[in-house]
Amino acid sequence: MRIKGKGLIDRSAPVTFHFDGRGYEGFEGDTVASALLANDVTLMGRSFKYHRPRGVLTAGSEEPNALITVGTGAASDPNVRATMQETYDGLRVRSQNAWPSLDFDVMAVNNLVSPFLGAGFYYKTFMWPRKFWEKLYEPVIRRAAGLGGLSGAHNPDTYERAFAFCDVLVIGAGPAGLMAALTAGRAGADVILADEDALMGGRLNAETYQIDGKPGHVWAADAVAELGGMDNVRLMSRTTVTGAYDQGTFGALERVNHHHGGRGKGAPLECFWRIVAKHSILAAGAIERPIAFQNNDRPGIMTAGAVRAYLNRWGVSPGKALTIFGNNDDAHRTAQDLADAGVRIAAYIDSRAEVKIAGDFPIYRGAQVFNTGGGKELESISIRTISGTEKIQTDCLAMSGGWNPTVHLTCHMNGRPTWRPDIQAFVPSEGSIPGMVAAGACNGTFSTHGCLAEGAAVAGKVLDMLGKAVPDVGLPQAEDAPYRMEPLWAVAGKGRAWLDFQNDVSVKDIKQAAVENFRSVEHMKRYTTQGMATDQGKNSNVGALAVLADATGRGIPETGTTTFRPPYSPVSIASMGAGAQGAGFAPQRFTTSHRASVEAGAPMIEAGLWYRPSYFPKAGEKTWRQSCDREVGYVRRAVGVCDVSTLGKSDIQGPDAGKLLDFVYTNTFSTLKIGRVRYGLMLREDGTVMDDGTCARLGDQHFVMTTTTAAAGAVMKHLEFVAQCLHPEWQVAMTSVTEQWAQFAIAGPKARELLNGVLDAAIDNDSWPFMACGDVSVLGVKGRLFRISFSGEHAYEIAIPSRYGDSLFRELVARAEGLGGGAYGMEALNVLRIEKGFITHAEIHGRTTAFDVGMADMISAKKDCIGKVMAARTGLVAADRERLVGMKPVGAVKLLSAGAHIFAKDAEAVRENYQGYVTSVCFSPEIGSYVGLGFVKNGPDRYGEVMRVVDHLRELEVEVEICPPVFFDQEGGRARG
Amino acid sequence: MRLECPICGSRDRREFYYQGDAVMLARPAEDAGADAWDSYLHLRDNPAGETRDLWQHEAGCGAWLVVTRNTVTHAVSRVALAADVKGGKA
Amino acid sequence: MRFSGWRVLREGLTGNKGWAPHWRDAEPKAEYDAIIIGGGGHGLSTAYYLAKEHGLTNVAVLEKGYLGGGNVGRNTTIVRANYFLQGNSEFYSHSLKLWEGLEEDLNYNVMHSQRGLINLFHSDGQRDAFVRRGNSMINQGDDAVLLDRIGVRKHLPYLDFDNVRFPIYGGLLHPRGGTARHDAVAWGYARGASDRGVDLIQQCEVTGIDVENGQVRGVQTTRGAIRAKKVGIVVAGRSGQVAAMAGMRLPIESHVLQAFVTEGLKPCIDHVVSFGMGHFYISQSDKGGLVFGGDLDFYASYASRGNLPMAEHVMEAGMTLMPMIGKAKVLRSWGGIMDMTPDGSPIIDKTDTKGLFIDCGWCYGGFKAVPGSGFSFAHLMATGNHHAPAAKFRLDRFRTAVGLMDEEGTGSQHNLH
Repeated sequence: MRIKGKGLIDRSAPVTFHFDGRGYEGFEGDTVASALLANDVTLMGRSFKYHRPRGVLTAGSEEPNALITVGTGAASDPNVRATMQETYDGLRVRSQNAWPSLDFDVMAVNNLVSPFLGAGFYYKTFMWPRKFWEKLYEPVIRRAAGLGGLSGAHNPDTYERAFAFCDVLVIGAGPAGLMAALTAGRAGADVILADEDALMGGRLNAETYQIDGKPGHVWAADAVAELGGMDNVRLMSRTTVTGAYDQGTFGALERVNHHHGGRGKGAPLECFWRIVAKHSILAAGAIERPIAFQNNDRPGIMTAGAVRAYLNRWGVSPGKALTIFGNNDDAHRTAQDLADAGVRIAAYIDSRAEVKIAGDFPIYRGAQVFNTGGGKELESISIRTISGTEKIQTDCLAMSGGWNPTVHLTCHMNGRPTWRPDIQAFVPSEGSIPGMVAAGACNGTFSTHGCLAEGAAVAGKVLDMLGKAVPDVGLPQAEDAPYRMEPLWAVAGKGRAWLDFQNDVSVKDIKQAAVENFRSVEHMKRYTTQGMATDQGKNSNVGALAVLADATGRGIPETGTTTFRPPYSPVSIASMGAGAQGAGFAPQRFTTSHRASVEAGAPMIEAGLWYRPSYFPKAGEKTWRQSCDREVGYVRRAVGVCDVSTLGKSDIQGPDAGKLLDFVYTNTFSTLKIGRVRYGLMLREDGTVMDDGTCARLGDQHFVMTTTTAAAGAVMKHLEFVAQCLHPEWQVAMTSVTEQWAQFAIAGPKARELLNGVLDAAIDNDSWPFMACGDVSVLGVKGRLFRISFSGEHAYEIAIPSRYGDSLFRELVARAEGLGGGAYGMEALNVLRIEKGFITHAEIHGRTTAFDVGMADMISAKKDCIGKVMAARTGLVAADRERLVGMKPVGAVKLLSAGAHIFAKDAEAVRENYQGYVTSVCFSPEIGSYVGLGFVKNGPDRYGEVMRVVDHLRELEVEVEICPPVFFDQEGGRARG
Repeated sequence: MRLECPICGSRDRREFYYQGDAVMLARPAEDAGADAWDSYLHLRDNPAGETRDLWQHEAGCGAWLVVTRNTVTHAVSRVALAADVKGGKA
Repeated sequence: MRFSGWRVLREGLTGNKGWAPHWRDAEPKAEYDAIIIGGGGHGLSTAYYLAKEHGLTNVAVLEKGYLGGGNVGRNTTIVRANYFLQGNSEFYSHSLKLWEGLEEDLNYNVMHSQRGLINLFHSDGQRDAFVRRGNSMINQGDDAVLLDRIGVRKHLPYLDFDNVRFPIYGGLLHPRGGTARHDAVAWGYARGASDRGVDLIQQCEVTGIDVENGQVRGVQTTRGAIRAKKVGIVVAGRSGQVAAMAGMRLPIESHVLQAFVTEGLKPCIDHVVSFGMGHFYISQSDKGGLVFGGDLDFYASYASRGNLPMAEHVMEAGMTLMPMIGKAKVLRSWGGIMDMTPDGSPIIDKTDTKGLFIDCGWCYGGFKAVPGSGFSFAHLMATGNHHAPAAKFRLDRFRTAVGLMDEEGTGSQHNLH
């Protein structure tokens, strides 16, 4: 129920939202949890395993029970903490993991059979019969498990990623964080202050403390206002710092647009930040821990700090007759605040016998709550005192087992927290994250004064390190009450006392695990699932650890902790992968002929990051093969034009350019004449083929190397490696010019005829023989011409500055069409090269050597080169290696398929009989049949042998004759003509 | 993770390509023998602690770097240009 | 104690008071017939098969931390036999057969779920490479089905087939591929080994390997010296350090591989799915979390944790492939230490020291190999002969280049896998 006059909500701004289809009223500033409590709704969820009815346990992001799905359809977000979801008009949320309804959940039957479903029960059963696991047991388990659901539709929301840099990142805007930010901000440091809450101030918004005579939340608002006015300070509310990474990098999730209905308008739903900070101050506060006792999970039972937060920040009393159960003085404030607000307190139970507390309500000292009553909401508690047991009617129990500093980020780089016996909690170990200091409650300092003082002090230290003068900020006046507590983890008794609320892990489960020898804390966690729920044990790990320590007769520090790992609280995949949905996953590279190709109707296919035309269809053609065959005909009989700009081009210059090339290629380039091109083979140092291509000498100290499209980047890196790491004494420099030049292949008997139409000075076979290169003038533009061929035909490649690429391509194609030819695409290019036995990455796929592809002779004996020594290892020159061959079908079946395996003619198609495989196939219009390339053991020694090619997957079996891998113009006369 | 490129300054890990142990700088002679080559290309000290690795500022200046880094903490203690290291200048 | 549904029922009715430790915690003896260094998946399975297959029960497993605390407890739980090179094919095929009988054999439910694995491809070239792989699988006696785009859509309707950077051409379905509950595999083997008399010794770090005249004599540990005639090193992630105790340098660099799990979700992904245009693989655990991973972070590391660039890249791949998972929230990320060999394939071999054996170099594929690796390594340790399916995992293959197994084709030198 709402309490008049309390809370920081805007009572002038009512909102209506729906929970499970029913409308409720709230105010701006409410969360779904606070607004539901204001409407006396306490049942908000069901637990994971036993589907026990659950209410809200906390008021923060650590909430394990009240998980809801926000929105509907494709835009719905599952597993949202009701404690973090701000209400707005029109908000629709629904409960999860319950069927048919939250109120009546059939799966709650699990709770009745829970004796059979204890920790790890599934490891001991469901083994028989074997087939039943996938068919029966697993589907049933999967359906019962899980929390919310995905819609199954593509995510329609937009997300962003961004970088930010600062001198000081302050994590958490409670008293310590605000004080640290004020100190650093006034000193002129670049500060980012990030807080997961919509409203900065931390516990100051949830408590009734005074600071400098003002209510704490007013002081916080003033501090935030001052910080907001500083140009050097960036305030990031609704921003959770999720992870600490190397060299001062942090991940942070900003929930940009979850707090209102107006999505779109270009603003993302979330933004994932990468914050780089010279220093960081962790001021993340603390999380209150529950106490384990029988039925401590009924809706209406929550942490004492949460009760105060609902009362003071949201003006809500979570019940009409409250009880409080704690082991520390901090819990007393709950009674104080409730009493001040006029809420009835049915009982105050402190587990400690000696304790100072006064109030106009029944007080039980040295007493414990050992059970609760009620159905889907709390009705009563049972307490045990020195004089006996007693039942007390209550609809809300506030419990406090003490506070755990929020040390999580300090553990993200494998830091282990330190146990502090005086507060019975872990605190950060110094130096766990380089550049990070902790202040305030997350450091085990719980009084407001202590937090303010520590915040100012650590900021001062950081400023010193930054070389900035520390301003005198003055310490505001605030309470400095000591934090007194005595440990109480679990109340002795029968029944199930819950630790991990969401995963339904009880004290008994932990003890059972210890009995079964899961005594290491990691074993216990993994066996019981303790701490593996969506809160990652924030509410329960320390309690469970204490129970395990007790069960195994060890202390808590020697029992150890499990490791906190990023993210601090869950982060959507969409935010961390923002921008990648659809085409955004990788850059798209377009050639200068792209538009012309698309206009010609060519289907564009991916080639690495590039797009290249598959073929250029003409009217009347029904299949790609018809187009392809026609384009092959252009090249074999007239002239074809093909964009080859995607091949990597490196410009290499310097007195030692020849030395570099001799060292990276297997063959020699230093002797290449100016104005000539040579084919080169490049090995990796391990002796396998890395790449092949041509290299042209344009001047005494000037070469242009081409690489395959796929290997362009790797080759560039490789050249730089050789030049910088192996031979820095060589005077040579290189740069990629792939994008500076558009390059087109002009191939076919009429290639020169076409070329002479566009060259300002005509060429002939004497001025421009096979493998010649040089500068030319193309329709008035300076370009380069290379007489090289990847089709076996009389062919050239003409290069021109990219800005002329589009017009030259159109001009060349038009002129080619005039000569009975035209443009050709990747399919035809592939046929042309297979017919000639030219290799691509289908053959040089990273496992083949120069020996394998029949180019062992290309490794010069006269010089060293990369890969030469290792290529000579016994295993790489064995005759029975799989070596390149050609093949043609000779049996009844005339098809071939790449990826098929090759066997001896009469051998069974099993691994033991394997002889090789097919790499590339095509229908050759010239040969009039399918031809293929592949690798066969002892390949060249088996020319003429008929072998069996089996493709199980495509159900294809073919008899082939093994032959040399050149099917067309074996003498190579056409290219020279 | 960030590295301090001697030419460009502090840059995000995304800009760098990782190659591995800086032993790759000491390429054996052609006739150094199988042991030397096996050691160069395959065998590694692979320390849990300080290591000297080769990186390239691929998306930056293109410089190859020798980075002294701790493989347990990821702390970087030194970055030098590979050409300087190889040339005896660093 | 035999586990069964009846036992669970009986214990449930009698207050669950009868359960016993799954394995004995043993005190180290002065001498064993064989010592296994490393109580991870491979070490425990080796001990189990030494006892079961070879009757060798005077065996100790020495673990510096807790059993199953290494990569067996921090992987993405995928079990498959879809390798295509000789040497790998027969080994993973054998391992998968062991998986298929594992629950019965161990009397422990490791939740081996053969839900099917689909490798997607995105170009004609990739399809041909996967066809070659699929044919290898069938030649080996395993299963593979080539799916076209429509076939993939039938299985995985939630993929983005339309607005996508790299269109889906099809997929290779491996029906017997799937997942298993990783921790349970370690515990099941531990229980099986312990029941057969093997001493499992936790919190016992090996600090030295004693060698005399080229013959191993035992080990030094934080709990004293222990003698043994045979010692097996099975410490993926720390192989270099332990091998160095016997004066060996290994062809291994240690790298970090991250993995991720989301909050629990109702069933939405029924297979194991992998992307062909970037490292990304995903499945859904029985608890409902999406378990996924990608490529190495690419820098030598023993930190068991990664950095944001690769984490974000993995999420990007997920978003382009199956945009529905954008709404799932990553709950936890972690890293394993991968023994990366030059060719990306493992090592199960003798060493130059008599009686000293090594099982390492599993790169990022060790989980599915747990049964096969233990079986073959036990065979080698017990008989001195290589077990046929693992006979090609030789330590000297890099030196000789005989039998290199470079499945990815990225090279048999470091940092390319």
